[in-house]
Amino acid sequence: MTTATLPQLTKKDFQTDQEVRWCPGCGDYAILSAVQSVFPELGIRRENFVVVSGIGCSSRFPYYMNTYGFHSIHGRAPAVATGVKIANPELEVWVATGDGDALAIGGNHTIHMLRRNVGIKVLLFNNRIYGLTKGQYSPTSEFHKMTKSTPYGSPDRPFNPVSLAIGSEATFVARSVDVFQAHLKDTLKHAAAHKGSAFIEILQNCNIFNDGAWFSLTEKDVRSEHVLQLEHGKPLVFGKNREKGIRRKADGDIEVVQLGNGITENDLVVHDAHHPRPSYAFLLSHMEHRPGFPTPIGVFRAWDDLPRYEDVMKDQLQEVISKRGPGDLNKLLRAGDIWEVK
Amino acid sequence: MSTLAEVPPTSKTKREVIERAVIRFAGDSGDGMQITGSQFTNTVALYGNDIATFPDYPAEIRAPAGTIPGVSGFQLHFSSNEVFTPGDAIDALIAMNPAALKVNVGDLKANGILIVNSDSFKESDLRKAQMTVSPLEDHSLDKYRVFPVELQRMTRAALQHLGIDAKAMDRCKNFFALGMCYWLYNRSTDPTMRWIGEKFAKKPLLMEANKLALKAGYSYCEATEAFQITYEIPPAQLTPGLYRNVSGNQALAMGFVTAAQKSGLHLFLGSYPITPASDILHELSQYKNFGVFTFQAEDEIAAITSAIGASYAGSLAITTTSGPGMALKTEALGLAVATEIPLVICDIQRGGPSTGLPTKTEQADLLQALFGRNSEAPIPVLAAATPGDCFWIALEASRIALKYMIPVIVLSDGYLANGAEPWRIPKVEDIPAIPVKFAKDPVGFLPYRRDPQTLARPWALPGTPGLEHRIGGLEKQDGTGNVNYEPLNHENMVRIRAAKVAAVVQDIPNVLPEGDPSGDLLVVSWGSTAGSITAAVKAARARGCRIGHLHLRYLNPLPGNVGEILKRYKKVLVPELNMGQLLWVLRAKYLVDAVGLNKIQGRPFKQAELEQKFDEMLGIQGNHR
Repeated sequence: MTTATLPQLTKKDFQTDQEVRWCPGCGDYAILSAVQSVFPELGIRRENFVVVSGIGCSSRFPYYMNTYGFHSIHGRAPAVATGVKIANPELEVWVATGDGDALAIGGNHTIHMLRRNVGIKVLLFNNRIYGLTKGQYSPTSEFHKMTKSTPYGSPDRPFNPVSLAIGSEATFVARSVDVFQAHLKDTLKHAAAHKGSAFIEILQNCNIFNDGAWFSLTEKDVRSEHVLQLEHGKPLVFGKNREKGIRRKADGDIEVVQLGNGITENDLVVHDAHHPRPSYAFLLSHMEHRPGFPTPIGVFRAWDDLPRYEDVMKDQLQEVISKRGPGDLNKLLRAGDIWEVK
Repeated sequence: MSTLAEVPPTSKTKREVIERAVIRFAGDSGDGMQITGSQFTNTVALYGNDIATFPDYPAEIRAPAGTIPGVSGFQLHFSSNEVFTPGDAIDALIAMNPAALKVNVGDLKANGILIVNSDSFKESDLRKAQMTVSPLEDHSLDKYRVFPVELQRMTRAALQHLGIDAKAMDRCKNFFALGMCYWLYNRSTDPTMRWIGEKFAKKPLLMEANKLALKAGYSYCEATEAFQITYEIPPAQLTPGLYRNVSGNQALAMGFVTAAQKSGLHLFLGSYPITPASDILHELSQYKNFGVFTFQAEDEIAAITSAIGASYAGSLAITTTSGPGMALKTEALGLAVATEIPLVICDIQRGGPSTGLPTKTEQADLLQALFGRNSEAPIPVLAAATPGDCFWIALEASRIALKYMIPVIVLSDGYLANGAEPWRIPKVEDIPAIPVKFAKDPVGFLPYRRDPQTLARPWALPGTPGLEHRIGGLEKQDGTGNVNYEPLNHENMVRIRAAKVAAVVQDIPNVLPEGDPSGDLLVVSWGSTAGSITAAVKAARARGCRIGHLHLRYLNPLPGNVGEILKRYKKVLVPELNMGQLLWVLRAKYLVDAVGLNKIQGRPFKQAELEQKFDEMLGIQGNHR
């Protein structure tokens, strides 16, 4: 995958001739557009991209990407992608999935792919609803949410996808939003630069079955109050006039403070995305559940010191070969006690 | 069959040459019976006897010691003639405790040899086996030649000077018993000595202890003349060649490595541990220097879907499991059918339904293999006949999968997986290459453009410039592979996928019945019952019955001439370790009035059971034996 002879690729090179069949106004269009814009900039040959998906609206994604693509079965994209990656670590494998696909039916594969640190980028389109099956609640739907399958409100407590990924000790975890195009593209590039597993939750609007699920974060008049943009090395500040921040308490917990009255940015937590341990990132991921706290977006964690799974597998193979020599079939078949019948 | 002659009372040991013997080692699952049995097997195989083994162990790793559920057994049939089954009745039983005696003594022939560990017949031992009176004292064993041996005391006596604790000494008593058996059957202790040397290379004290116990057992017989008679079973006249012992799971693993080498591909195994398939994973994980990737997945579904991903990226991909795992893989099998990618799925069958009998054998997944998917999702199905045949079935399944771009199911079972037989080692250069072609040329490339003969679509690997394309589980247009919901296209695709599986018939040999080419009775078999049915048919023909035996290794598609062969016989019998699954297929496909012989006990057929059914169908009265 040398970049020296790389042809100049454009967004157009990543568009297919297939008619895009998402509902008009769906947030998926914005995500598709962002990915198609970022891929040509990564210095990777088009034929080396593989986009794998499961089932759901988001999982139609591969059909619209002019790369190698595999639309697999519900929840299994991380496992299919792991097989692809082990078989050919040179490939650039991205998974497109949704909150139901990755966290309900495929939850097991998601956490195991992350703990293994397979070099796969996961785009989790989180619209907090089942769209393709027309409006049942999902593992990220709010407690008490009224949906087609929960007319009296959902009895489930939701997953926080970022917390789950960090809990699985994913080495790269980020969050972005479908309509924040610049931020989304930037986040995708960060993920692309990461060697190990990269998990990006993309808050996405389903304008048919769950319209406005993220309006408190995306509407112009309110978003600065509710969104905290994480930047490595910068203090955690938010608010319309950047007047609020996150400070450590003596017991290790965090609190929201008003800047001024002697409190300056120097008193705030400075974001460290590269911390080797996941506990700090987990604390950040959990703040949005607390009253008065903002929802962080950006890169929570990017610690790339762990070898990729496919490299561990490959290295082990090489190591055995160098120790025992390349396999000799005749020797294998004649292993153990043998005897001759004349 | 072996002839255990009346033994005249004499102080001199007599050596008698016999044709065959069946021996069973039985004890607690912690007593090392599987190792003892395997060692005896290895030794007699090395000597040149033909063999068949039947390891029979509980699902629990260590059921309470000394209890009936904890009994583990290993049966071996060895002979100077051909061996097809592990044997019905046994000539010699080694019982390490009352529970083992209770479970197994019913299979011992009258006047058979019974070696018991008399140290384990105390009241508490008897209670664990739910016995009140010691069978060593109540004359219930009078029809056998009973040899009570203080295995524990004598093993301890032999090892006392080593300074190891009593528990460690007691763990060697199985080798004391093994040493006795070597003496009884005039076999050298050398191969087992060598094995102990390798096995305990890093634990010299245990090495010494096990070697001493083995030697002590052998010497004990020599010194005490415990047996007045010993037996000699000369080597068998097998087809000339180089031989080794092989179990079904070992043979499958070697077969897949060979297929990968012969096709020039990396082998990828996605698997999740499950009895009795796990040994394939264990075996293949040792073969990394052959370019083998073994991926122990998080579950059965990831095991197959990772294999699908690896296949998509150009590996020879396989997944191995047993019935319950097979059920979990069902949806992914459909994906492999729809995406038309090469994949081999091994189902090492066990008793079911559900968790069923994890360590016992059964053939009840045939219909699952043939039909167990949503909608029309045909898959070729192959079944191995013997442990050694597993090697060839692995190669053949790989060849078909790669040639037709198709998933292929291999059926084996617990009996083949763990059972061993002498296997004639093929010359690697005699095994034909498996040609594989990857698409390279973008001109005229379509992901579903088919080879006219095989209907295979091209294998276009990610990373190939200009061949970027999308595949998936949604119905697609033939040729372009684009998502397509048109009614006629769907019917066309369903028919193409069926035609592709049917086309495999052009590539598989016609079958020939063994025995009578036509006659009164045709016995049709598949899978691991091949051995016992072969033995039973041979015996019945020797009695003058006109019987043919048709064994099927290809279950889908069936060989082209099966229908014609079925018509050559007056009656057709299909013995199966299930409720009649191949029977159902044959009746449906060929409108033949075949009948079944069905056994669902987690155990293989006995030869006598089969012969009795033959006689019933042939109208032969009375007991012929």
